[in-house]
Amino acid sequence: MPTKVSSAVMRQGFRVIGVAIKTEPRIFTVAVLASAVYGVMTVAAAWALGWATENVVLPAFRQGTTTGGALTAAGLLIIGVAALKALGVMGRRILAGIMQYRMQAHSRRAVTRQYLRLPISWHHRHPTGQLLSNASSDAEAAWGPLAPLPMAVGVIIMLLAAAVAIVVTDPMLAIVGFLIFPAIALLNLVYQRRLSPLATRAQELRASVSEVAHESFDGALVVKTLGREEAETVRFQARADELRDANIAVGRVRGLFDPLLEALPTLGVLAVLLVGAMRLTSGQVTSGDLIQVAYLFTLLAFPIRALGWVLAELPRSVVGWTRVQEVLDATGSLTYGAERLTGQDPARAEAREVTYGYDPELPVLRGVTFTAEPGRTVAVVGPTGSGKSTLTQLLGRLIDPDAGAVLVDGVDLRELARGEVSGSVALVPQATFLFDDSVRGNITLGAGLPDEQVWAALRLAQADGFISALPEALDTRVGERGATLSGGQRQRLALARALARRPRLLILDDATSSVDPQVEKRILVGLRDQPATVIVVAYRMATIALADEVVYLEQGVVADQGTHEQLLRRCAGYRDLVTAYEREETERAELAELDEIEDEVVA
Amino acid sequence: MSMQALERSALETVRQGIRLSPEFRKGLAGTLVLAALATVGKIIVPIAVQQVIDKGLQGPTPDLAFIRNAVLACAVAVLLTALAGYLMNVRLYRATESGLATLRGKGFRHVHDLSVLTQNTERRGALVSRVTGDVDQISTFMQWGGLMIILAVGQLAIATVLMAVYSWQLTLLVWLCFLPVMLALPRFQRLVARGYTVVRERTGDVLAAVSESVVGSAVIRAYGSEDRTAERIDQAIDGQRRAQVRAQKIVGLTFPISELVASIALAAVVVAGVLLGLDGDITAGELIAFLFLITLFISPLQMGTEVLNEAQNAIAGWRRILGVLDTPADVADPEDGVVLPRGPIAVAFEEVGFHYPEGPPVLHEVSAAIPPRSRIAVVGETGSGKTTFAKLLTRLMDPTGGRITVDGVDLRQVRFSSLRERIVMVPQDGFLFDSTLAENIRFGRPEATDEEITAALGELGLADWLEGLPYGLRTPVGQRGESLSAGERQLVALARAYLADPDLLLLDEATSAVDPATEVRLARALEGVTRGRTAISIAHRLSTAEAADEVIVFEHGRIVQRGPHAELVAEPGVYADLHASWTTATTSATTSASSATPRP
Repeated sequence: MPTKVSSAVMRQGFRVIGVAIKTEPRIFTVAVLASAVYGVMTVAAAWALGWATENVVLPAFRQGTTTGGALTAAGLLIIGVAALKALGVMGRRILAGIMQYRMQAHSRRAVTRQYLRLPISWHHRHPTGQLLSNASSDAEAAWGPLAPLPMAVGVIIMLLAAAVAIVVTDPMLAIVGFLIFPAIALLNLVYQRRLSPLATRAQELRASVSEVAHESFDGALVVKTLGREEAETVRFQARADELRDANIAVGRVRGLFDPLLEALPTLGVLAVLLVGAMRLTSGQVTSGDLIQVAYLFTLLAFPIRALGWVLAELPRSVVGWTRVQEVLDATGSLTYGAERLTGQDPARAEAREVTYGYDPELPVLRGVTFTAEPGRTVAVVGPTGSGKSTLTQLLGRLIDPDAGAVLVDGVDLRELARGEVSGSVALVPQATFLFDDSVRGNITLGAGLPDEQVWAALRLAQADGFISALPEALDTRVGERGATLSGGQRQRLALARALARRPRLLILDDATSSVDPQVEKRILVGLRDQPATVIVVAYRMATIALADEVVYLEQGVVADQGTHEQLLRRCAGYRDLVTAYEREETERAELAELDEIEDEVVA
Repeated sequence: MSMQALERSALETVRQGIRLSPEFRKGLAGTLVLAALATVGKIIVPIAVQQVIDKGLQGPTPDLAFIRNAVLACAVAVLLTALAGYLMNVRLYRATESGLATLRGKGFRHVHDLSVLTQNTERRGALVSRVTGDVDQISTFMQWGGLMIILAVGQLAIATVLMAVYSWQLTLLVWLCFLPVMLALPRFQRLVARGYTVVRERTGDVLAAVSESVVGSAVIRAYGSEDRTAERIDQAIDGQRRAQVRAQKIVGLTFPISELVASIALAAVVVAGVLLGLDGDITAGELIAFLFLITLFISPLQMGTEVLNEAQNAIAGWRRILGVLDTPADVADPEDGVVLPRGPIAVAFEEVGFHYPEGPPVLHEVSAAIPPRSRIAVVGETGSGKTTFAKLLTRLMDPTGGRITVDGVDLRQVRFSSLRERIVMVPQDGFLFDSTLAENIRFGRPEATDEEITAALGELGLADWLEGLPYGLRTPVGQRGESLSAGERQLVALARAYLADPDLLLLDEATSAVDPATEVRLARALEGVTRGRTAISIAHRLSTAEAADEVIVFEHGRIVQRGPHAELVAEPGVYADLHASWTTATTSATTSASSATPRP
């Protein structure tokens, strides 16, 4: 992460600014024009005061008389110039904002489009927090320099106009100016260079303080039950103290440079008075000229800092831009063919020698082959980490196999046109996800299904009862900011979403784990009457027992497949897994009998 | 948060806030003196201009010696005031940052003292803000906005004094011009603040929409609803942009007003000054000094709305922090609490009742004595009161009726450190810290060596699992332990509690995510290692209940049955029903007949 305004960062930063100018050339031009008006009018304001001093104020004091005309002219000149300047400031600020926010919106839109386009495997590789900040804070940081940019351009115009004005007035006074203003600019540059790494460090520490607090509060139950509050406070206080020291370091640099940056132009004005007085003696300048230049210095002192603001934003901007660009440059979206699925009856699903790995060196699935015949229910069983979830994602084409093929009705999923897979196959993933939307919206997902179809799906998922009890039934808002539903209720809603589409192939990835066993049984029995092929990942014996066939996975390989009874008989690993509880119960009973016998013997 | 905190006035908030961080006051007088000296720097130029014009340039030829001396004296003054500014800044930063670091620590500690009751998931993020964002806001205000207020007031006061020395009439005129702007400032600020509020809301919408596309990516793809999601995101982004531009327009339109007013003041002073000058009430130098003095009014007014905004945010932040600190820790460590000797532990619930504030009762007069060295299983449906029972026993909450005793002593009289040593709970969510496996297990007993940790894992029958980890005890567990599976996290949490070596181990569905084969192994190991202690498990799988000495059955906040498994399963009731339901779920149709029937 660049922390200093190095020349490489500056070059990159200006390139980012260039992109913005190319994207919004009209707004940028008008913003710069408005800022130019502001710049020129700032110089004109000093000139107007100088003119009023020389032509109205001083003559009046010297001669003891004045005219209404002269006074009116002076007043109107001053106000007129200020009014134009105010218009320039308004235009500059508003247009700079419009440009900055438009660019932010462009980036956000592009980044989120990419999120929707990129395959799930890409999502797996990137933590949620990072993706959220790419679309929010990074997109914001990337275009940060656009806010002070028009002002900075205006300030350059202002300095040029001021240089011309001073040179025209008096070359000697101009020399004072040419010494002072580059000195201010240089001091500003040194300031930003010194401040930038300290400010970055403080920012990082702020994040780390927040991380510790988040973690500690999230783990409050553990902290409390193990009585570690004091130790946690010590841990937090250490970070808070580091942040304190970092902020004080920032303060020291600010405290040094801010007063210096104010003192420098003041010293300039004093120099102007001294040099100007000498020039007055030789008659080279008038008193009005003197006042004009002194006033100009006063007016220029603050805006010149805008150049530093743009530079200060550049490192953050480059970091933000690079992160956004990484998302935009990511490739590997799924490709689609032209085939269509025309069948109406339950689908035939087939995995042929499927191999897949998140890390190609460590495949999660190896040579998996099995077929789910139309209308059959196939249970996928295996210990934690055996690749069951990955298999369901391949069957629903969230990911493509590294080798082998997944077929539905004999067609390779990769040959199918866009929208064909989701038209026939419905996958209910392990983690339930509800949109921040109504119950209806969550089930139809904008597909415009009639309410009867929605209710039918809810009935099948055993969700009609609690949904009709909600205050606004189908219109009740659920999800993040909506009504609170239990884990089992959320799962049933997700199931209804799949069923409402009347899929020909239904894939359930442990999708009823939080549902009460008896309710689950009713759901599964209901599913048997549906015209669909069902592939279900399950732990519970009752679920497995309802399947026509079982595919048993062990470490990414199909260890055995057949009916539940067959596997129970011939596959030791399978038997071990599904009968763990029963065996324990049996053994315990035998132990108890032994104890009783012992007791009797003792007695 | 107490109502008292919400109603606290701004002044009262600041007063109490300062009392919480005594560092703020340290050396405050010196800092203020330095601030006053720093503001003097602002009027050096007007004075210099006036002196040069009135004294240096009065004669037919400029008095160069006088001008040189005057300019030199002013230059020295400028450097001195800059030095004062530097010293003031350093002192200010040190005092405020030290005070705020203290405030963060106090806030953090107090949040941990609040009972779990006030720490539900939705509020946790908000509590984090109390010790981060809210404090940062106060910090920014003190070092920028608050400083601005002090400097601006000083600047305006000193400029006004100087102006009044030159001419009271013109001073009045200048104030007449600026007063309306000053009075309008709060109105501008409200306008701007409202604009920003809308921006914040719209930004929240964008975050929500974007997070749907990220968190729900699997569902969006599985149902091909990319276009619909894109549309929702676009709407949110557009709403945000419109709100931002609107706020920017408000700021852009109000910002130049003070400069415009300044130009009116300048024009008025030129006209009135000349007229006064004709009467000899004012010199040319004084009039021109006025022109410079007027510029001192511009920046305080320009920054005004933003400073007021910051002040409002900072006070709101302070108020929220005070609100947290004012919330009494409903479960408090007793002063002079009893320290109980270690050893076999007896626990008793005596007519214990509990209800959440303004909520219906969750437990009704529960009485139960748990003798030392017993192995108890607690069962019941979701919401029957099992977890409340556990939270009361570990004193995460206090009962609203009756009492709980440990070895005959009321739980509320036992010192926290003693209680935590004797009773440890393993919650369902095995929360881990972003560190190594060893560090997480050591959380239970900080002085434990690596050998002791390895030994503990071995005693729990987890040696094989440890062996299989790529870096053994050094394995990083990731944020919230997410590099491990949910089941593995539970194993670590269990080892952590076991290492703490309590007299009573309370398991709240502590192995729910572990696969059946491992769970059975673990249950057996636990039976061994908890021998001699009391073990209470809240069971989700009834196999645990069968292994226990006694089963306590909860229903609707009451204990409805209690006894050994074999007895309870034989009699009609809640337990027999639960057991039947569980057996259906875990047993296939072909084998259920043999195990569903209770053995004699």
